[in-house]
Amino acid sequence: MNLQFVVDGLLTGSMIGLGAIGVTLTYSILRFSNFAHGDFMAWGTYATLAVVSAIGAMVGKVAPIAPLSFGWPLIVALVVGMAFTALLALLLDKVLFARLRSQGQAIIVVMASFGASMALRSLLEFTFSSRPTYFSRAIQIAMPIGFGIRITPDQIALLMLTAVLVLGVHLLMTRTQTGRSMQALSQNAALARIVGIDVASVVRVTWVIGGALACVAGVMIGILVQIRPFMGFDMLLPMFAAAILGGIGSIPGAVLGGLIIGLAEAGAVQLIGAEWRAAVSFIILIAVLFVRPIGLFGVRER
Amino acid sequence: MSETVLDVRDLEAGYEPGVPIVRGASITVGRGEIVVVLGPNGAGKSSFIKAIAGLVPISRGTVLLDGNDITAAPAHTMVRLGLAFVPQTENIFPLMSVEDNLKVACGILERREIPARIEEMYVAFPDLVRQRRTAAGNLSGGQRQMLAVARALIVHPKVLVLDEPSAGLSPKFVSMVFEMLAGIRKSSVTILLVEQNAKAALAIGDRAYVLVEGKDRHEGVASELWNDPMIAELYLGQRPLHVEKGGAA
Repeated sequence: MNLQFVVDGLLTGSMIGLGAIGVTLTYSILRFSNFAHGDFMAWGTYATLAVVSAIGAMVGKVAPIAPLSFGWPLIVALVVGMAFTALLALLLDKVLFARLRSQGQAIIVVMASFGASMALRSLLEFTFSSRPTYFSRAIQIAMPIGFGIRITPDQIALLMLTAVLVLGVHLLMTRTQTGRSMQALSQNAALARIVGIDVASVVRVTWVIGGALACVAGVMIGILVQIRPFMGFDMLLPMFAAAILGGIGSIPGAVLGGLIIGLAEAGAVQLIGAEWRAAVSFIILIAVLFVRPIGLFGVRER
Repeated sequence: MSETVLDVRDLEAGYEPGVPIVRGASITVGRGEIVVVLGPNGAGKSSFIKAIAGLVPISRGTVLLDGNDITAAPAHTMVRLGLAFVPQTENIFPLMSVEDNLKVACGILERREIPARIEEMYVAFPDLVRQRRTAAGNLSGGQRQMLAVARALIVHPKVLVLDEPSAGLSPKFVSMVFEMLAGIRKSSVTILLVEQNAKAALAIGDRAYVLVEGKDRHEGVASELWNDPMIAELYLGQRPLHVEKGGAA
């Protein structure tokens, strides 16, 4: 067996994991499965692409930062894209989810997120067509790093970015008052209000974090694979599988779940063929629900 | 009576519009006092203090705290306004450590002040110190109540409002909780308390109100109320009282 699947798996796992953080936060704090989360990824990616193009039109061609395939415009555009996706999530919450949430039936909010997902995706297809596009068409040479593994500079940079973001979110959740408020709200919303937590502001922070990370995950897919309106929707199942595998509400769990699923997918591609890739998250999801429904880092409600 | 801290006038409140559970109840709590609200099951005691804490919709009446109108203020603003509430059950965050349970309640304190304030709580509630890294869900029933009370006291509230702190506890923990409340009293914290356990509550209280069918029907000095035949009737029989106290409702 070729160990190359480890790099591929870690990369896919990073994308899944960053997306799963948003899924797990929305589920534990707002108590619904947001099926539009994948489309936040796609919107963030297209927004980033649009900003890259705009910068290109304004300042002309910018040389990439060697040895990466992209230059500073993409980095700037990513930050703008993250802010845009966070705003999109906030807007969608304000016009749709918040109103339905106040009526108190989770299933209606879930269905609404399905509808929002379709609408967002169709808008992307309408605006950008469903033809795949790319941040860069340059081919990067993968460097051998031993054990038969090859990795490109982009891949190294993105793995490092994932590590930094995950660590940052973990520290935010465990070391800051905002993070503690988010934990409190996920454990007991009524008590959270009593101890003085402004639920509306914690909900906003949740959307901002989820939206911004979804954008990063989407841009990673855009850099390493391609940009399509369905790119986020196709990530939905692995993201939910990762969030459930890791234990709902757990940030490290979502990321570890993402890496496990990414590695399992990449391994399956090598061992039994690429057509089984999607089946892997299904199988893992079902297995977790049977064996340990609370997930790796999940805790039973007491 | 000392200066009034909490002044509740003619409060009407309930979960459903047009179906009040609290029907015109009035009480006052003086600074440093422990005031107990007693009453038979279903008298609306719990709804009464939840309404004061902003958790049950109020349809009539006013709640004044130190002269400020806090009637129906959003629940999350109550600590800032000076009212800290301890619910009867589920009053801690079970998956967070004891220390994080205290920290999460410190939102209105100055950042610099927080570590010292947490240490003060550990001095006041030494049982919690050894458990500071423990998930609060693993605490005993009595320790949970201590944590819930410490969490409420940490923000220097003008009045501490407790909903049946002894409910669901074994007798050993019940006496522990009342000893704790008696201890808090010494630090001159103002307390409003709803209790089923009338005897224990009257033993530590200064004054008491008896709530029947959503109205305050009787008021008295705590130590005298226990010997009042009306209390016995209320707690033993089902028959509602027909003795109106002058001036109220």
